[in-house]
Amino acid sequence: MDQGLDRDQGLTDQGGAAGATRRLSRWLHPKRRVRLVALIGAPAAWLLLMYIGSLVALFLNSGYRLKEDGSGVDKVFTTDNYHEILTTAVYRNVAVRTVFIASAVTLIDVVLALPIAFFIAKIATARWRSILVAAVLVPMWASYLVKAFAWRSFIANPGGVLEKTFGHSPGYGLGALIIVLAYLWLPFMIVPVYAGLERLPDSLLEASGDLGARFGLTFRRIVLPMLFPSLVAGSVFTFSLTLGDYIAVNLVGGNTQMIGSIVYSNHASNLPLAAAYALVPVVVMVLYLFGIRRSGALEQL
Amino acid sequence: MKTARLAAFAAVVALVATACGSSSSSSGGKPLDKIGTGEKALNLIVWAGYAEDGSTDPKVNWVKQFQTDSGCVVKSKTAATSDEMFSLMRTGQYDGVSASGDASVRLIDAGLVAPVNTGLVKNYTDLSSFLKDQPYNSSGGKNYGIPHGWGANYLMYDSKAVSPAPDSWGSVFDTASPYKGKVTAYDAPIYIADAALYLKTAKPELKIADPYSLTQPQFDAAVALLKAQHPLIGEYWNDYTKSVSAFEQGTTVVGTTWQIIYNLALANNANLKTVLPKEGSTGWSDTWMVYSKAAHKNCMYMWMDYITRPEVQSQVAQWFGEAPANPKACDLIEKDTPGFCDQFKAKDDAFAKAIHFWATPRKKCLDGSGSECVPFSEWIKAWTEIKG
Repeated sequence: MDQGLDRDQGLTDQGGAAGATRRLSRWLHPKRRVRLVALIGAPAAWLLLMYIGSLVALFLNSGYRLKEDGSGVDKVFTTDNYHEILTTAVYRNVAVRTVFIASAVTLIDVVLALPIAFFIAKIATARWRSILVAAVLVPMWASYLVKAFAWRSFIANPGGVLEKTFGHSPGYGLGALIIVLAYLWLPFMIVPVYAGLERLPDSLLEASGDLGARFGLTFRRIVLPMLFPSLVAGSVFTFSLTLGDYIAVNLVGGNTQMIGSIVYSNHASNLPLAAAYALVPVVVMVLYLFGIRRSGALEQL
Repeated sequence: MKTARLAAFAAVVALVATACGSSSSSSGGKPLDKIGTGEKALNLIVWAGYAEDGSTDPKVNWVKQFQTDSGCVVKSKTAATSDEMFSLMRTGQYDGVSASGDASVRLIDAGLVAPVNTGLVKNYTDLSSFLKDQPYNSSGGKNYGIPHGWGANYLMYDSKAVSPAPDSWGSVFDTASPYKGKVTAYDAPIYIADAALYLKTAKPELKIADPYSLTQPQFDAAVALLKAQHPLIGEYWNDYTKSVSAFEQGTTVVGTTWQIIYNLALANNANLKTVLPKEGSTGWSDTWMVYSKAAHKNCMYMWMDYITRPEVQSQVAQWFGEAPANPKACDLIEKDTPGFCDQFKAKDDAFAKAIHFWATPRKKCLDGSGSECVPFSEWIKAWTEIKG
């Protein structure tokens, strides 16, 4: 196209694609609503259909009833599945166990992430800082499955690396499961804590030291309160990821069941019950998010 | 604005509801009249080791020959349990499945598989007669599949760790077992039948006749036995590779198995042994079935014809460790592995009848003993409870 014609900024009408674009933008200019729809229509539709839609499908399925001989479902609405989940001991026990595992994993990750993130953010030199941040993030590129399988042969008793090197291994079970999940989700805790510490001015720590506070006091009174939202942000990841896990529990959990493994083993045989039970972690997370909303942690996500 | 949002939400709900409701069950369709030209593709759901294409062992490949002969490119998906096979078939993305008895009847009832014109499968006449027209592969006088092979679930143990050598399923149910934490069990509701089979001999007062036709007291006893077994279990398995690695490593030393798991694990642990316990065993008799709306029906028929050829049956049977449905394969197997067909009693009608082939339990008892049997839906729920 001739560049000379373009200098009038589209004030004169012209043919071709560029002209059509200009006519369109002129037509759109006063219409805010239309512009908004054009901008976010597609992603909003995606969100509604795929995201909310799948939740609705989940909810609908949870109201169906498994046929007596297990061949599919009767599409009549019933509260049987919820009744089953609320009244049968196994579902309560497994839910409580899963929340316990998620809490333990979160606690372990907090304890591990604090010194690591503190070292990276406040003590390491700039060169080391970037190396260490990369070191924390690199395991996240490796497949979850590879890491879980690696732990499976690491923890095996007998014959695993742990048992061969130290003569002892917890073997597959609850303990192994907590260790492996804590390992898997650790980067999700370190990153927000590190980001929070980066924002914490060094001058505050120095001032606290100048006023005579030892490290412990500074940590309790200065670092921890300012870091609280970051810790909560990290815990949202470690907690929710643990609630939904079904692979690690299958590989290193021994004969332990979690919410995820019950949903997984029932999705083929009893979909309505699996759907109803899958709503348990949703409810737990919604309650959790409501609880922490006031802490301001959600802005840190 | 609020009403608009509500309306949008209602629209989504309606959309999802219609999407869910539209999948009505069909009658299963008609059998094929003649095999036409191949559709150049075939999607299968199989048990591990049923459609080997060289990816497990480069030397083991019978899919290649089929692809060359028929021009149908095979994509196979391995399922770990019959329940998984059933739910995969419901997706409608597969042309056929190697279903065991606890899936096949459900597939027929749900209209997911079409009757099969056995006249189009040349090798059908050669197959063992005790596998034909059985309750698990025919219904209402119509045939719904081609037999593939059959066998028993064995008890596997590590002879270095387990002594004396077990000869009873009691070795996986004894609560005072010295192998606590190293026992394994198959992770599927159908495993309840294994407990029932053991109780049939161990507690004759329960009067269990068929492990798939259990009255409530019989069922409760089996469930109680499995709950008592739970603390003994190191791991449950249904992914066969997981069981292979557990037996190789020694984290599991005794438990129920498929012969193929034994064959694979033996390479890394020469101490492994299998035994058919004195109580008898549960087992499977598998059937190739055709999806009622299969996109590649002709290729599926070509596959069913191919897989029942003696030379292919010989490879499959030896690789998996099962009795071939086509006894003509035995002459070929004899050249590679003498005594194989005797070991798996491929031609032994009486032996096949003594194995309790997997079946889907129903309220109307399968063995005709009444109409107060515990249906499979209860088995499914109980299995979750057993695992605690």
